[in-house]
Amino acid sequence: MATVSPTPLLKDELDIVIPTIRNLDFLEMWRPFFQPYHLIIVQDGDPTKTIKVPEGFDYELYNRNDINRILGPKASCISFKDSACRCFGYMVSKKKYIYTIDDDCFVAKDPSGKDINALEQHIQNLLSPSTPFFFNTLYDPYRSGADFVRGYPFSLREGVPTAVSHGLWLNIPDYDAPTQLVKPLERNTRYVDAIMTIPKGTLFPMCGMNLAFNRELIGPAMYFGLMGDGQPIGRYDDMWAGWCTKVICDHLGWGVKTGLPYIWHSKASNPFVNLKKEYKGIYWQEELIPFFQSVALPKDCTTVQKCYIEISKQVKAKLGKVDDYFNKLADAMVTWIEAWDELNPSGDISAKIPNGASK
Amino acid sequence: MSLAIKDDEVDIVIGALRSDLTIFMNEWRPMFSRFHVIIVKDPDLKEELKIPEGFNLDVYGKPDIDQVVGSSTSILFSGYSCRYFGYLVSRKKYIISVDDDCLPARDPKGFLVDAVAQHISNLTNPATPFFFNTLYDPYAEGADFVRGYPFSLRGGVKCALSCGLWLNLADHDAPTQALKARQRNSRYVDAVMTVPARSLIPISGINIAFEREAVGPALVPALKLAGEGKCRWETMEDIWSGLCVKIVCDHLGLGVKTGLPYIWRTDRGDPIASLKKEWEGVKLMEEVIPFFQSVRLPREATTVEECIIEVANAVKGRLGSMDPVFARAAKAMLDWVKLWQSVGSSSSRSSAV
Repeated sequence: MATVSPTPLLKDELDIVIPTIRNLDFLEMWRPFFQPYHLIIVQDGDPTKTIKVPEGFDYELYNRNDINRILGPKASCISFKDSACRCFGYMVSKKKYIYTIDDDCFVAKDPSGKDINALEQHIQNLLSPSTPFFFNTLYDPYRSGADFVRGYPFSLREGVPTAVSHGLWLNIPDYDAPTQLVKPLERNTRYVDAIMTIPKGTLFPMCGMNLAFNRELIGPAMYFGLMGDGQPIGRYDDMWAGWCTKVICDHLGWGVKTGLPYIWHSKASNPFVNLKKEYKGIYWQEELIPFFQSVALPKDCTTVQKCYIEISKQVKAKLGKVDDYFNKLADAMVTWIEAWDELNPSGDISAKIPNGASK
Repeated sequence: MSLAIKDDEVDIVIGALRSDLTIFMNEWRPMFSRFHVIIVKDPDLKEELKIPEGFNLDVYGKPDIDQVVGSSTSILFSGYSCRYFGYLVSRKKYIISVDDDCLPARDPKGFLVDAVAQHISNLTNPATPFFFNTLYDPYAEGADFVRGYPFSLRGGVKCALSCGLWLNLADHDAPTQALKARQRNSRYVDAVMTVPARSLIPISGINIAFEREAVGPALVPALKLAGEGKCRWETMEDIWSGLCVKIVCDHLGLGVKTGLPYIWRTDRGDPIASLKKEWEGVKLMEEVIPFFQSVRLPREATTVEECIIEVANAVKGRLGSMDPVFARAAKAMLDWVKLWQSVGSSSSRSSAV
């Protein structure tokens, strides 16, 4: 790790997926960092509305009509009137990496006042290994100025491939509705200069606002569930994808990182609206967390798709009794994989289940 | 949100491997002076200790160690392990320990970091080992639990151990430091976080604090390298001890935190010279980590002492034949528990929860 080589642009290997319902003015601020890349815009809500994309960006845009046309009856798995629809963008992308960002997220500044190139940091995170089997107290050991600490076994220092890079937010933090109601004025001003691997066996709440992943590795697990119109729940799309993704990454021996980069989250959504959306989730997550903590994937689940289908079976078996919604969700998970495989027929990525390594 | 603690609930325990502690104590004076300080002199150190005035102090040396511990124990309170004697004789609830070559650090704004206050804050605020909070410490000022964090887990559990970090000379092993001779840690990561349950971490003894009443017996002076020396690069005793603590905490539902506070670790020693000695430790870790990752404590082990006995027996059974250092470590752990029960806190601590 002696020299710091410049981060590759990966402009032909990465798509930026943006769900939107209003406009894409925020892209102007991101232009210096995003312009080289291809954008996939997933337009939620009224398909007759025209979304204006700022000039100079290379993009493809899908509205509900497009989703219905492309997926036919399988379009039922894609949420309507919820940013969860963004996962359609993952499915139609042909690139190796995805970066997804919300349209109320802007360029943040680091403590020295410099603009943060969030995309570059995500790429660095994805291109360098993760270390899920033993926690490094100096955080990311591959960063310049850092390394493994005393006691860290050398056999674990190569790390594993990184599947997900989860970024954070300055200004409006990603709180749930009850917390927002209690602390309406709280702003996240703490810049924590670290990236770390979330240990194997540990779950976390994955926020989709500032997220990048290796689509070729983990894409099929990034289904954002059934939310929004006609559904009893909202604001749990990314959570659901995150729990499934983490369980699968743990099983297949890939890493999930969290920490840098920060973006500036500008808009606080209405906490009362959020409460209505989240309400059921707040109760259901008490069942969901123990469920995901105890999911055991059999050894013959060697691909993401197989793992995902297995999880959907367990969702039906164990969560169906919590609410009928989970039966629908389990079916939608299967539909998602079928649609994914149809649109991405080049075959699944098999992973050798790592032997020996810990639990 | 933290509990208010009284000054007389804290002991600062310093293992003196160097005789002249003048600069060390004077630099730490603003943070230490409120508290009782225990200094334990490395029995191998010949010179008299030089300690400045003005502290509420107890100093222990070889004669005291011999008197309390006797000669029938396999535990060696020498080198860095001398501090464990301080843990044994302390009667306070919380202990904070830093190496004697460390000084207070400054934060990015230039203010001196009160490592003692930060450790106390870490220990008196709950830990959250069962689910990772992406905004790190949810009890910190200006932070909270994020969306998706289950409400039933937001009460947290007791934090039994706080592991701090180091600016300047970070705690790298000898091969790493030898390779990156000029690398110094200048990155101040402004976060405290709970180490997730069932995740192991290398707990460096350079800058730690713990609740003695909760986990005291689990900090074991047990793993002594054949070539153990007077540089951290030549030891693994704290790493071993930390793994024991983490296993016990995971089993008993207690938390371990890592992150702030930083201390400033002064340059000392030569990693290349230490390389020869520490290589033994580096090789041992390859066996040690898989072992600890696979240790399962029985449900019947409900106290820290019972847990340590179980771990010691597992060490003897599974690692003992691999290297005599493990057989010795297992014996030392059992002796330590006996010693703790006779000399340490008179009431044995049950699991928190």
